[in-house]
Amino acid sequence: MNTGDLCNLTKSPPIKSTQELRKISTAYFKDLEASSNDPNQKIAWCSSVGPAELLIALGFKVYYPENHTAMLGTSRLANKYIPAAIAQGYAPEICSYLTSDIGAFLHGETPFTKAYGLKEVPKPDVLVFNTNQCRDIQDWFSWYSKRLNVPIVGINSPSFVNEMKENHIHSVVTQLKDMIPVLEKIIDQSFEKKKLEQTVNLSYQCSEIWQEVLETAKTIPSPITFWDSCFQMLPAVVLRGSQIAVDYYKMLKQELIERIEKTEAAVPNEKFRIYWEGMPIWGKIRSLSEQLYDSQTSVVASTYCSSWVFSDLGSFTNEPFTNMAEAYTKLFINRSESSKEDYLIQKFKSFNIDGVIYHNARTCPNNSNTNYGMPKRLENQLNIPSIVIDADLNDLNVYSEEQTKTKIDAFVEQLAGV
Amino acid sequence: MSDSILYAGIDIGSSYTKVVLIDQNNDIQGSNIDFSGIKLHSAAKTSLKAALPKNTNLTAVKKIVTTGFGRKIPAINQIPFSNITEISCSAKAAQLFYPNKTLTIIDIGGQDTKIISMRNGKRTNFKMNRKCAAGTGTFIEELALKLRINLGEMNTLASKSTNPEKISSYCTVFAASEVLSRIRKGAKIEDMIYGAFYSIVNRVLEIDTINTDVVLTGGLIAYNPIIADIFKEVLGKSMLLPPSPQLFVALGAALYASQLK
Repeated sequence: MNTGDLCNLTKSPPIKSTQELRKISTAYFKDLEASSNDPNQKIAWCSSVGPAELLIALGFKVYYPENHTAMLGTSRLANKYIPAAIAQGYAPEICSYLTSDIGAFLHGETPFTKAYGLKEVPKPDVLVFNTNQCRDIQDWFSWYSKRLNVPIVGINSPSFVNEMKENHIHSVVTQLKDMIPVLEKIIDQSFEKKKLEQTVNLSYQCSEIWQEVLETAKTIPSPITFWDSCFQMLPAVVLRGSQIAVDYYKMLKQELIERIEKTEAAVPNEKFRIYWEGMPIWGKIRSLSEQLYDSQTSVVASTYCSSWVFSDLGSFTNEPFTNMAEAYTKLFINRSESSKEDYLIQKFKSFNIDGVIYHNARTCPNNSNTNYGMPKRLENQLNIPSIVIDADLNDLNVYSEEQTKTKIDAFVEQLAGV
Repeated sequence: MSDSILYAGIDIGSSYTKVVLIDQNNDIQGSNIDFSGIKLHSAAKTSLKAALPKNTNLTAVKKIVTTGFGRKIPAINQIPFSNITEISCSAKAAQLFYPNKTLTIIDIGGQDTKIISMRNGKRTNFKMNRKCAAGTGTFIEELALKLRINLGEMNTLASKSTNPEKISSYCTVFAASEVLSRIRKGAKIEDMIYGAFYSIVNRVLEIDTINTDVVLTGGLIAYNPIIADIFKEVLGKSMLLPPSPQLFVALGAALYASQLK
């Protein structure tokens, strides 16, 4: 099951552009596989909101391990592999992306084999992280660095940022530039600022159109749901910085506009509009999407999919480092509680939200905004009801199916005034 | 056979199946409580039949609403039916007993605890226990099993407590082990059992803030009214107890059934 197949996990009318997405994703992985076997090509593993543009500009092929782990989640293989990582000494409470990915590596297996025909995940020549999402990514890549004897470089981002300040940008820009000599040596290429500007510009274009795609969901009824967006975001994650991503989102946006013109809803007879806050529960996308579809409830917006909107990549001309520093530090997950609340309030209002589902992911506290009273504060302020689901992005051992189903059913009944 | 028209509410819990039958005036005409077992549809049908008044058969039942853990079962004898969550059914029953009131329903079940907020008779919010079943009926069952005490005796024993003990462990299994260990070291059984009920109340109060009158429902309350006393002590107010706390949700389901189109 590859990314294109995964898009058919939901009950909503299939998105036609997905056929192209299937081709794009297959080509991307085949190219990585070929590069893995080509001594003249270098592969960089990069965290999903890492400095991909710098790597692309230098000529690296870029692989994103988080994409692999999302697939471990959707294919419900994560729990097969997590124990192997725990046996290595990792706690079960830490990032289940890390534990499932390392576990899969230790097993010598990957869902990429079935999905794309790859024998193994592409081997890295360098590991590049940014802690703007969490510290776990650095621990994750450090394991591979030791295991595969591969250099690791990264950015330690300022965290819990309220207002962006000069010192924040300066710190990240400095770290970005400090990486260059190391990367140049690995790829045996000189850095060219022009190439970085072009790549950043393409990422910016991709981001802007991706935002437009997401904003079609402001229409009532929405032409697309969060469940579809979880897979449609693949180009924004793994192909940003390329024309392919820009072209794909133009196609997708056009299809969604046509749906709007025909009043073709992702959830027919849409009654309720929900905001999903937190990570997807990858292994339960089908069952959750079906349950909500059957209740005529459309999850129209999310923090997760919106996180790949990097408007600040286009802030300044000829300042790609500053733009990257700003865009990647202003990531939602990296912001202060009050910044996050302001963001969510704006989202709830602009998407005409009837209710909010917060996902408290056990192994992803940074992406779980339920721990410091936010749901209750926002509910009291806005009078928009919410529920919290306790689960995880990949570890289904902590998912209580029946309790979650009852919670969601009861929530929809509450919205309906039953 | 009687010509009654009856509406059925069937609350299919993980442990027990509860049935309430009401007539067109919302008066209860029959009820039944039985084990759910593993075949939920069969349990629901058997329990429904057992709830029927004398000289009445299933044809008198015009509509059914199922609720609870096992609510999504197929139709029984092709009687028109629907399923609604126990949260909504609780609120529905509360509207009958406490019309237009602002209150909080606390329903402690075998594996779930629900806190349902009502404002002026309308349901506004709900919360459930998160991540595990600590502080639910299962804890008392586990404890009774470990202590080799009949479940029905737990309330009586707790009532005899003179020096209640606090239990530190959160996990049901570890808490039961803790109780055993401290009894072996000299703590009185009745004081530990009281402590167990006390910890249930604590777990409940961690779920949501409670600023209104409280209605206590569910099987645990029905058989262990000492919990109401503990809530009263902690919250500083008397608890409201409906006539049959264990049948409260099934009654709400029956009320919904009477309104099904």
